[in-house]
Amino acid sequence: MDNYLVAMATFAGIYALLALGLNLVWGMAGMINLGLVGFFAFGAYVSALLTKKAGWPMAAGLVAAIVLTAAAGAVVALVTARLRGDYLAIITLGFSEVIRLVASNEIWLTNGTDGISGIPGPARGQVTPATFNLIYLVIVAVVVLAALFLMERVRGAPYGRVLRAIRDDDQVAAVAGKAVVAFKVEAFAVSAGLLGLAGGLFAHYTSFIAPDGFTSLISIYVVLALTAGGTGNNRGAVLGAALVVFFMESTRFVTGGLPGLKPVQVAAVRELLIGLSLIVVLRVRPAGLLPERIPRPVTP
Amino acid sequence: MLGEIPQLLVNGLVAGTILAVPAIGFTAIYAVLRFPNFTIASHATIGAFAGYVANTAGGWPAAAAVLAAFVVTGAIGVVNDEVVLKPLRPSGALTTAIAAIALTIVLENVVRFVFGNDLRGYDLPIRRDWQLGGGMRIGPQQVENLVIAVVALAALFLFLAFTRTGKAMREVADNPTLAGIKGIDADRVARLVNFIAMGLAGVGGMLLGLDTSIDPLTGFRVILSVFAAAVVGGLGSIPGAVVGALTVGVGEELSLLVLAPAYRTAVGFLAILIVLTLRPRGILGERAY
Repeated sequence: MDNYLVAMATFAGIYALLALGLNLVWGMAGMINLGLVGFFAFGAYVSALLTKKAGWPMAAGLVAAIVLTAAAGAVVALVTARLRGDYLAIITLGFSEVIRLVASNEIWLTNGTDGISGIPGPARGQVTPATFNLIYLVIVAVVVLAALFLMERVRGAPYGRVLRAIRDDDQVAAVAGKAVVAFKVEAFAVSAGLLGLAGGLFAHYTSFIAPDGFTSLISIYVVLALTAGGTGNNRGAVLGAALVVFFMESTRFVTGGLPGLKPVQVAAVRELLIGLSLIVVLRVRPAGLLPERIPRPVTP
Repeated sequence: MLGEIPQLLVNGLVAGTILAVPAIGFTAIYAVLRFPNFTIASHATIGAFAGYVANTAGGWPAAAAVLAAFVVTGAIGVVNDEVVLKPLRPSGALTTAIAAIALTIVLENVVRFVFGNDLRGYDLPIRRDWQLGGGMRIGPQQVENLVIAVVALAALFLFLAFTRTGKAMREVADNPTLAGIKGIDADRVARLVNFIAMGLAGVGGMLLGLDTSIDPLTGFRVILSVFAAAVVGGLGSIPGAVVGALTVGVGEELSLLVLAPAYRTAVGFLAILIVLTLRPRGILGERAY
């Protein structure tokens, strides 16, 4: 049971990173990313392949995951930066599908739908699984705290103010002399980097990744986490991630106890509940549990 | 290898015409309601299953079952919009798009709950392919699907061009404020566009299923091609969606000359990237920024 709780806390941390990444683009800059899972998967594959096949150390794999996912994010943002937000929604959704296609079909590289197993983790095999879980939880917790600290700095800095200006009215921001396109691309790249880092951490933790594990449902989890926690609020993103993991796990216990349902129906009910709760949160409490508070304007 | 090109062109034009049906649904909702309605994916699945029930349990032939797919999916689409998406539209197009993704997952899982994950096939007569000469051939079911798609498209164009309601719809898409001043009821038009667009999505889903088999992910699998058709043709333009769908359909087939079949749908994504970089408004669309 302890092991289970530690594992869930680790997953909550990984979701918190994803939610923080989404908050930077959607919460602060008002750019949507509906293909979060694509960037998450991309980072996971980069770090897994570099550590397993090229023998890189885990830290180097994670750095590469951040850099390459950020580059992919920059390309996606660059194509749509001048266009209406709808196009970004379409293209990010498409991106995640293409990543899944490539991961499923480039068998020489990714082992196809069989996935990659035996991804190295810190001290895995040298310590008991329980100790490994604890070590990993500490690593993830440190990374989440660092990311939270950095994102809070961004939010309070003039940079964050520019992002909010772009979110609220990008024409006004442009008239005020801000390079809107550059800001958008930068923010999207940094956010994608965070998503890639989360992917790498996920791969090294579970030691196994496969295309089937990266469904668009994960994007919904993260959007739900951020919306429930409070769009625009970094602490809300972390809180929301913890709540969503808790919610997902409790649905496992509740639906598992429903009599007369086939396994596929139980799975369907769980996914349905996730989608439904996002719709309900959007309707009932769109600002989330911890609504965004704009930092006090600096008096000159 | 080059000898395959005529056959690929035939296949591409047939596939493109069928793709045009859901693509028009996507673009029509965008034109009138101004948000990308991703539930087109789950409605295509619902249509495929509605047609499946009519075909296998009701014993209807494919052409009649398509009608059932249209009406059932259209009605479900109107209810979904009224209950879920319409109240969220004031919060902005992107918030509505997020809700649409969530709704797609919900609907897909309702289908999964009822029908399970198994692949299902329609009850169709087995017929031999027709030879077109020069080694080219075409299946009778392909021809029937093509005819159904063309009839649906023609009916839509006649409706939009000549009926009062059709003109009202175009007016709202063109200039909602002016349409309001002229006394056109925007809510009514919104319901109508949802009925027609989701009905078309349902027909599209069923036509795709007639070729192969159906499962709860039928709609989601084709979504990339639908987006590509709408964006290539110009988001919000109905003739554009047809041109875009034919382009994407032929492009996907021709890609088989150089790419593995699994990457067929990635061609759509590539087309989106190219069009948005070079001509974001698409072939026939309005400005995209």
